[in-house]
Amino acid sequence: MTRESPVPAEAFPATPPVASLVNVGLRYGKTLALDNITLDIPAGCMVGLIGPDGVGKSSLLSLVAGARVVQQGQIEVLGGDIASARHRSRVCPQIAYMPQGLGKNLYPNLSVFENIDFFGRLFGHDRREREERIARLLGRTGLAPFASRPAGKLSGGMKQKLGLCCALIHDPDLLILDEPTTGVDPLSRRQFWDLIDDIRRERPGMSVIVATAYMEEAARFDWLAAMNAGRVLAVGAPGDLLRRTGAGTLDEAFIALLPEESRATYHKVELRPRTHRPDETLAIEAEGLTMRFGDFTAVDNVSFSIPQGEIFGFLGSNGCGKTTTMKMLTGLLPATEGIAKLFGQQVDPHDMAVRKRVGYMSQAFSLYVELTVRQNLDLHARLFHLPLAAIPGRIQEMARRFDLEDVMDVLPDALPLGIRQRLSLAVALIHGPEILILDEPTSGVDPVARDALWQELIDLSRNDNVTIFISTHFMNEAERCDRISLMHAGKVLVSDTPAAIVEKRGAATLEDAFIAYLEEAGAGTAADAPVPPVMAENIPEADPPSAPAVTQQTDPKRDSGASLFDFRRMFSYARLEGLELRRDPIRATLALVGSVLLMFIIGYGISMDVENLTFAVLDHDQTTISRSYSLDIAGSRYFVERPPITDYADLDRRMRAGEIALAIEIPPGFGRDVLRGRQVSIGVWYDGAMPQRAETVRGYIQGMHQRWLQERASRAAGAQTSAALFNIEIRYRYNPDVESLPAIVPAVIPLLLLMIPAMLTALSVVREKELGSIVNLYVTPTTRLEFLLGKQLPYVLLAMFNFILLVSLAIFFFGVPLKGSFAALTLGAFLYVITATGMGLLISTFMNSQIAAIFGTSILTLVPAVQFSGLTEPVSSLEGGGAFIGHIYPTTHFITIARGTFSKALGFADLSHAFWPLLIAIPVLLGLGAVLLKKQAS
Amino acid sequence: MSLSNIIQLGIKELRGLARDPVLLVLIVYSFTLSVYTAATAMPETLNRAPIAIVDEDRSPLSTRIVSAFYPPLFTPPELITRSEMDRRMDAGSDTFALNIPPDFQRDLLAGRQPVIQLNVDATRMSQAFSGSGYVQTIVTAEVNEFAARYRATGEQPVDLAMRARFNPELNKIWFGSVVQIINNVTMLSIVLTGTALIREREHGTVEHLLVMPITPFEIMVGKVWSMALVVLVAAAASLALVVQGFLAVPIEGSVPLFLAGAALHLFATTSLGIFLATLAGSMPQFGLLLILTLLPLNILSGGTTPRESMPEEVQFIMQAAPTTHFVSLAQAILYRGATLDIVWPQFMALILIGLVLFSFSLGRFRKSLK
Repeated sequence: MTRESPVPAEAFPATPPVASLVNVGLRYGKTLALDNITLDIPAGCMVGLIGPDGVGKSSLLSLVAGARVVQQGQIEVLGGDIASARHRSRVCPQIAYMPQGLGKNLYPNLSVFENIDFFGRLFGHDRREREERIARLLGRTGLAPFASRPAGKLSGGMKQKLGLCCALIHDPDLLILDEPTTGVDPLSRRQFWDLIDDIRRERPGMSVIVATAYMEEAARFDWLAAMNAGRVLAVGAPGDLLRRTGAGTLDEAFIALLPEESRATYHKVELRPRTHRPDETLAIEAEGLTMRFGDFTAVDNVSFSIPQGEIFGFLGSNGCGKTTTMKMLTGLLPATEGIAKLFGQQVDPHDMAVRKRVGYMSQAFSLYVELTVRQNLDLHARLFHLPLAAIPGRIQEMARRFDLEDVMDVLPDALPLGIRQRLSLAVALIHGPEILILDEPTSGVDPVARDALWQELIDLSRNDNVTIFISTHFMNEAERCDRISLMHAGKVLVSDTPAAIVEKRGAATLEDAFIAYLEEAGAGTAADAPVPPVMAENIPEADPPSAPAVTQQTDPKRDSGASLFDFRRMFSYARLEGLELRRDPIRATLALVGSVLLMFIIGYGISMDVENLTFAVLDHDQTTISRSYSLDIAGSRYFVERPPITDYADLDRRMRAGEIALAIEIPPGFGRDVLRGRQVSIGVWYDGAMPQRAETVRGYIQGMHQRWLQERASRAAGAQTSAALFNIEIRYRYNPDVESLPAIVPAVIPLLLLMIPAMLTALSVVREKELGSIVNLYVTPTTRLEFLLGKQLPYVLLAMFNFILLVSLAIFFFGVPLKGSFAALTLGAFLYVITATGMGLLISTFMNSQIAAIFGTSILTLVPAVQFSGLTEPVSSLEGGGAFIGHIYPTTHFITIARGTFSKALGFADLSHAFWPLLIAIPVLLGLGAVLLKKQAS
Repeated sequence: MSLSNIIQLGIKELRGLARDPVLLVLIVYSFTLSVYTAATAMPETLNRAPIAIVDEDRSPLSTRIVSAFYPPLFTPPELITRSEMDRRMDAGSDTFALNIPPDFQRDLLAGRQPVIQLNVDATRMSQAFSGSGYVQTIVTAEVNEFAARYRATGEQPVDLAMRARFNPELNKIWFGSVVQIINNVTMLSIVLTGTALIREREHGTVEHLLVMPITPFEIMVGKVWSMALVVLVAAAASLALVVQGFLAVPIEGSVPLFLAGAALHLFATTSLGIFLATLAGSMPQFGLLLILTLLPLNILSGGTTPRESMPEEVQFIMQAAPTTHFVSLAQAILYRGATLDIVWPQFMALILIGLVLFSFSLGRFRKSLK
């Protein structure tokens, strides 16, 4: 009966469904996320998707939003097939999608205002309209006082409100919210839903689809679809579901709806009152605990004491100081003020003995995902120095107790969240601690698994007298604690048994009591409270007279969704990228200083001039002639003489040590033999370890030998030189002194203008993929070309700035003159950096992680640029594939332009042949990038 | 400090590495293919250098000179006119342009010392430099041989008996392969320790370790020894299998002594990896920092170009880099067969740099945990 056919609820027959799914399936590799779902989602109401983590709720929502490619089945949204790109681009201005995760589609470095403004620009609002809309939204959500705060620094609740503002900026008809309140405190949660109610009152036709794990929230929705394991278990109004299952709460109803085999493991949590022991001692004490980060007080004068064996609950909004307090108790953070005591002893981070009595489970799963379940348990057992003989038994015991026996050799990533949390708990307990500190251990865990975990905790407390300090967002869990504390803004508001707290406030439920406390503490005022719809003072003149006017105004913009290219949207992305770059110090530094630093390094490092070579002489002759020979060498700028060599052993030792690069042996009787014209031979040893250097040494010494011979000959024969047959006159063109810098520097500029801009551009796209904000490309009217060009623009400007920097450095610091046309060089550089950033964009289309983008881009740009672009060997000397790459690679042509203008004094006319390939490369690269970039997740 | 903790934490790192296919591929690639390609891709002195000849003589001798240039050293020469020469050099079509003047052969035989002009595109440093030597030698040989039929030439009274030590044929594979191993040792040790620490931080496992009876010192030493061991084993295998085996490069000195030096070097670079990881907030930032650190370490340490040609300030600063000493001891041991009594100063320098880097990184690591 749990799998009845999911037909639309009869309560909503009048309007056609806002979305209807027929036989929809979805796979991620081998995992089946959605299993043949057929479902009609009614329009104009609040629809909830309920069910534990990982059952396919998010996948379903992203399909409906058009953010993900439909693999199987048919999905109609707002009267058209969402798989059709044309329909998507027509309806996307009517859909708003807020993905899962706190602030997932927001830009953390941008301020609240800038975030909303970005979305307003994407939907083509002009400046006045944007300002009006933003002022109104900020006013309603109570974010107005925080308009200039970076989104990353907001609390969870505020982030979600901001996300909602961004979603609502374009008056959508369909609002899709994926777990908008997970990890948000009760008060913010309530405010969030009030806000949604308000908006729905104003726009009654709007459909809202919400996925949630909080059953108490779902009870307020109009229509629900319960999901499990990629399937829809049941649909209907909340009352319907309760009636059908005969359950009292939705939690129970959901469990009743589960198939038999999943229900089998479920037991209702058995609460047992704590028996007070006579010898009770205090396990945890805090006295005036305070933690300040700069001028921000995270925890303010917190005091409590927890007797041994108690379950102590810690509640409060995100960022209210719960985790910080826990870290101070474990000694992870030293308190600014106050004292924390465990077992009556002050917490000392260096006291290893106390640590052995504490077990800690941090907020996220924090065990080693690269170790199996068994290896994780084993590692921790060893690190806690359990007796080696006892470890296997202890592991066995924990495995049995936490039902991990079947998964002992599985990697944690392959396990559902519930089992992973059990493993975390098993690890935290492996050494039999007397205190357990658990930071939100049940966040994101489904109700069945959550109850199982709680049963364990209760058993530990009651049977083994373990003290448990736990933080949670779930009210039904708070009710199971012996005592609870409510924290807000670093302060403890109240601390008592759950029943006493409800009674003291005279509230109906614990949640109501908490909200009352929070409001009393000022949480609900200025900062967070909903403010009346229109904030007149923020809008200078001409308030929007009425709602219809706004709607009318927005009509033309809906057409712009279909337009192929919109400059405003492109500039919106360009502006976003510029702001992001300005606020990320490491990337900005790399962009500005990186290339200059590298130019210095390469300018000095890759030098072909070999100078200051060390040499020494083993002179068996010791005559003026032999000395004149060695003086000749010592006098050149290439060689530096070291003390003479005494014998062969000395020669050998000094060459092995690398002390001398060259040794010269002049034979006995050298002077006499030279004078008599007898054939003699000078011994030369040079260090061949570095072949390039060795070749240069050989060249130098041969040249000097020839000169010495000629000099002697001319001196001997007077004017009558032994004439050569002919002469070769060498003209070193463009660089008459054959110096390294004038040759290297113009060729290095293209290299630097390629690698760093390409990498930064690739990163800017891949970052969005990794952080999740790429979804904004999927669900807004932005086209791929607008996105790419918008991303590219700031980096082109930056690269041009770098170009000016590098050229100035070349001219003024390295003293390499620019002989030709600066205009030609600049235009060449401009075209070249467009191709360089274009390559970055192209590379980004097939990279998914930032670290891969960094390494991938360096390999894909550096290798062809260094080896095939004529940096050292001209392209005409290459063969095969290298020659082909060399001919089409943009760096080749810009090196020609750079060398031509710097060294060869050329201008536009002489270099036109090098400009054409660059001009052709630009549309090719951008076109490929646009074709390969995905407009939906796959 | 507990030795057992250090060992356990190191084993954990090794197990983690064993499950990371990307890093494993990177390690294997760095010490096999990358060494092989770097060794064989070192450009030979001259390969297909583009040359053009303006033959205004059109005599038997000039034809003889033209036909003396052929692949693989040079491209088959383009015969061009004087007026084409400048344009072609401007466009970068030729590196060399040889101009044989009118009546060259006649003037030569008449003993009038005619002049051949060789134009070299000196913006192409390496080719220009070594190539012009070859051109001169080739032309001189052809002319001498031609002239020898008509007149006798004198012999040089003093000749040079030149011998290149340690690499008699100046085989670039010998050099390239070892340099690549040295560079990869540096790169991998920094990458492995750095990413290991960042991964722990991103997964929150560092915090987890710190609530256990374990000190930051033990965590860091655990990473240092395990990652250094991996790189050391990989480098030793690469030296034995790829360099000595596949590329047949003779190693003069003692491989164990080299590995001892490498171990000291790894002590310093793994500490450096931890240091960079504490600076970087995230994996991509680490990647960017890595590029800015590795390039100077590799390029300015004397492994790529001789140190003595760098400005003195650069040489002085690079004394503080572990790579400088490692490159110097590696070249001394592997090519020149140096023994410990010769390279001990480098060993001492590495120990000192390693200790400084380690204690500095440990301090940063401790601070970054707070």
